[in-house]
Amino acid sequence: MKGPDEHIEPKQEAPETKPEVVIHAKSIKKSFGKKQVLKNISFDLKRGENIVVLGKSGQGKSVTIQCVVGMLQPDAGTLEVFGEDVTAMSDDDLKQLRMKIGFLFQGGALYDSMTVRENLEFPLTRVLKLKDKKEIDKKVEGVLDAVGLLDAIDKMPSYLSGGMRKRVGLARTLIVNPEIMLYDEPTTGLDPITSREISELINRLQRKYEISSIIITHDMECARITADRILVMDEGGYIAEGSYKELEKSDNEMVRSFFNQPS
Amino acid sequence: MDAQQELSGWRKWMESIGDYVLFFSRFFRNIFAGGFEWSEFVRQCYEIGYRSMMLVGITSFIMGMVLILQLRPSLISLGAESMLPKTLSVALVREIGPVITAIICAGKIASSIGAELGSMKVTEQIDAMEVSGANPVQYLVVTRILATSFMIPLLAIIGDAIGLLGGFLALNLTDSISFSLYFNKCIASLDFTDLLPAVVKTVLFGFAVGFVGCYKGYHSNKGTESVGIAANSAVVTASLWIFIIDAIAVQITSLLFYK
Repeated sequence: MKGPDEHIEPKQEAPETKPEVVIHAKSIKKSFGKKQVLKNISFDLKRGENIVVLGKSGQGKSVTIQCVVGMLQPDAGTLEVFGEDVTAMSDDDLKQLRMKIGFLFQGGALYDSMTVRENLEFPLTRVLKLKDKKEIDKKVEGVLDAVGLLDAIDKMPSYLSGGMRKRVGLARTLIVNPEIMLYDEPTTGLDPITSREISELINRLQRKYEISSIIITHDMECARITADRILVMDEGGYIAEGSYKELEKSDNEMVRSFFNQPS
Repeated sequence: MDAQQELSGWRKWMESIGDYVLFFSRFFRNIFAGGFEWSEFVRQCYEIGYRSMMLVGITSFIMGMVLILQLRPSLISLGAESMLPKTLSVALVREIGPVITAIICAGKIASSIGAELGSMKVTEQIDAMEVSGANPVQYLVVTRILATSFMIPLLAIIGDAIGLLGGFLALNLTDSISFSLYFNKCIASLDFTDLLPAVVKTVLFGFAVGFVGCYKGYHSNKGTESVGIAANSAVVTASLWIFIIDAIAVQITSLLFYK
């Protein structure tokens, strides 16, 4: 892992390969009561791609990924994941789909009453229905090693720092080998060094497990490190799209305000 | 404006009834959905049963003592002092034991389930289970409701026995009665029609405690304040349900057994 003073280069553009679309969203609308949160959201996520969604708080960034995983139903529009319409799925189909999607919550959402090991065993025994103790141990240790927290295997979540909780949360989602990762503000509340480590980890894991990701954030350093493409959201819609370098030169005032933050 | 507010109040009330029914159907479907969480069920039985035993025991013991001390002067004035063991055992087994145990459990268990699930909801742990493809209702709700339905009757039976022991000690403060004579009198005065309705009633009390605790926790809003509200609301609602169930159960029992 890079030290705090080392400069991390922005993500290199991925080599040209067959771009399979894993998430296709078209004209998604979502309201809560009278407030329309998503006005007209359209995007495609390609296999192996990292999309970063930037935007102020309360603009509907998290609502978008909650719709992708079926936690919320869009009011209108088309939302397909792996070519299947999420809005028309039965509970069983949704369960099958969720096994292919990892969701990292803001606080890690670790199960408080379980140790780190039990947290990681939970999806293996309940979702993948694994029974072989050796296989379970191997997977748990392997994924914890990948996030650099093998030492914390028998600790309770209350003994972990914010960054460690996010890493364990990440390990818990990765353990079922998801094809898509949805990150809900993965670096919020962390110090700059840990934020950078988490951002690097997201890239490393993406390369290792060939995962497509949507990263919701307002941390520009995280966006710079992880994004293949950035979508900027404002008032329920996307106002700009492009790579970090492209958007850095944008004329749009809102977009510029993100890139001109004091570091 | 008043009519509109009243209408919105009714609508909320109807919606909450709908939510209760949906939650019950989710619970019921998941009992038979396969993959029952035995280890979590046993853990909950331990948490709910064993950890409440001391509190139920002490309260029942005091209740048994107090009842004897309160009943004694009245029964002496009626010349029916020998009826004290019988009166105590019938009162304890039929009514006071089950209700006191259930109310204690509403305070201790419903609030703890409400707070635990509420805090899991606030910290997105339930959402995390759901989006991982696991079944939070089966893991969190089914196990807790079945554990309370199973353990609260057991606690009530243990509480009844300890209450009778308290009564024996209170009786011996003023009179002298042998242990075997006292318990023979207590047990001889009880029959099937005293025991069965009491046990059935406590199963329903246990169900109410677990169900209300899980419902309130599972449906709590975001924010730490909601955890306290969920816990508080679980105790109040579960206590209310215990008295409603008790009133209905007494009517049914009277119709069936004490015509």
